[in-house]
Amino acid sequence: MDRQEILEELKKVLFPYTENKEALAGITEETNLLKDLKVNSANLVDIIIDAESKYNIEIDFDSSEKMFTVGNCIDVIEEKLKS
Amino acid sequence: MRHRVVVTGLGVISPNGVGVPAFLHAIQNGVSGIRFIPQYEELKFNCQVSGVPEFDWNQLRNYLPEVIFHGLKSLGIGYAVKAALDAWADAGFTVETDQPLWDAGCVFGSSVADTDVIKNSIVRVDAKESKKLGSRVVEQIMNSGVSAYVSGRLGLGNRVISNSAACATGTQAIVMGYEYIKNGSAKRMLVGSSEHVDPYIFGSFDSMRILSRKFNDHPEQASRPMSASACGFVPGSGAAALVLEDLDFAIERKATIYAEITGGATNSGGQRCGGTMTAPNSGGIIRCIKDAVADANISTGSIDLIAGHLTATAADKLEIQNWSEALGRKGEDFPMVNSLKSMIGHCLSAAGSIEAVAAVLEISNQFAHPNINIEDPDPEIVAMTGPESIPSKMIQKEINHIAKANFGFGDVNTCLIFSKYNQHG
Repeated sequence: MDRQEILEELKKVLFPYTENKEALAGITEETNLLKDLKVNSANLVDIIIDAESKYNIEIDFDSSEKMFTVGNCIDVIEEKLKS
Repeated sequence: MRHRVVVTGLGVISPNGVGVPAFLHAIQNGVSGIRFIPQYEELKFNCQVSGVPEFDWNQLRNYLPEVIFHGLKSLGIGYAVKAALDAWADAGFTVETDQPLWDAGCVFGSSVADTDVIKNSIVRVDAKESKKLGSRVVEQIMNSGVSAYVSGRLGLGNRVISNSAACATGTQAIVMGYEYIKNGSAKRMLVGSSEHVDPYIFGSFDSMRILSRKFNDHPEQASRPMSASACGFVPGSGAAALVLEDLDFAIERKATIYAEITGGATNSGGQRCGGTMTAPNSGGIIRCIKDAVADANISTGSIDLIAGHLTATAADKLEIQNWSEALGRKGEDFPMVNSLKSMIGHCLSAAGSIEAVAAVLEISNQFAHPNINIEDPDPEIVAMTGPESIPSKMIQKEINHIAKANFGFGDVNTCLIFSKYNQHG
């Protein structure tokens, strides 16, 4: 799965956690989850749980703390998919 | 200075009607909301009927932001949100606000947050999967979940409290809101209560052998307060909410006034003098009723209607005796008395608020709703009330004051006096 494919899949994971569907449709690797998508910080853990389930991976604490932008998220998911 | 308190908004999720128009029609026509529950037969409960509202879960999408709706699992909170937001809209207030409403608070009660949500947590944790629980469990397990959801949606910035006083929870929430406004601490209070009786709570009551078990084939006959054939209560679910306002505030914004709350009291019999965890100390109940009437500054003789607790257990007789003693009235002088539980069962924490909405509607529409399943009134009760005081059909007459009481486990009591609004007080 390349980065663009992961990004498209990530849109589906993020969908329930943002009211701003327009911003979600136009996300790039620079999009910040909290600032641009206005995701509630408490929901970051739910996004991680949903991503773990979707990709059948485990995202540890250290990795999850890096997931601020869409690009960060793709980095972590890509790395975990390889390992 | 004492502020007068009026009711300006109503919302109700009742087993016999969701929304005020449907509920009003149901209580005027004696419509039962008790149904057979196949799951309860499978679970080998003695009582296999319950009062369950016809609630459309997906309708909550119109009440909550999508992100909040996603992840909401608690039916009790769902009931509360709809009832509360309906009442808020009924009062003519809008939902959206950028700033907290410092003059508006909330007292919204429940018995337990939601045992289905708690069960999910237990199952996950025991399976060593706690990391899969996510961020939305704690807020729905907390007892304060109902008031947190309601106040958050509306931006309420005054006192926000979840109360819990067993079957007196609903009326106690109303008394607390009434007192805050009366004392000048708030201009408007959104008050109410919610209950979702799931199999775990239902089963625990069933085990106490206090539920109605002889009418599983005729659910609508199962709840029979004050009747000779009463054999236990029928648990029910639902929620209701009332918007209470400082009278001056309500007049200024030209609000529609349903009724005035002129008096209220809540106390405990202390689990002394015959009172226990589950049985009331009559002295506490009598004192509570007298205190509420005194707070309303009316005579006991001016009560037109008693909206009783009256669950359809052996305690009905004692309750009528307590009313008779507290009001100093018996026989032909006894006021009319009705129990909404004959139609919807006992909605536990939600009972007080649903029954209070019924009382407010009886004031604003000037009627007494019928008792159903009262073909065979208990002779010992009739000896105290006289033959005419327990209506089996709707009675349309002048209703100026209703005394509404609920009593709960822990020997807690609450009594409210709802009065027809009169601008001259």
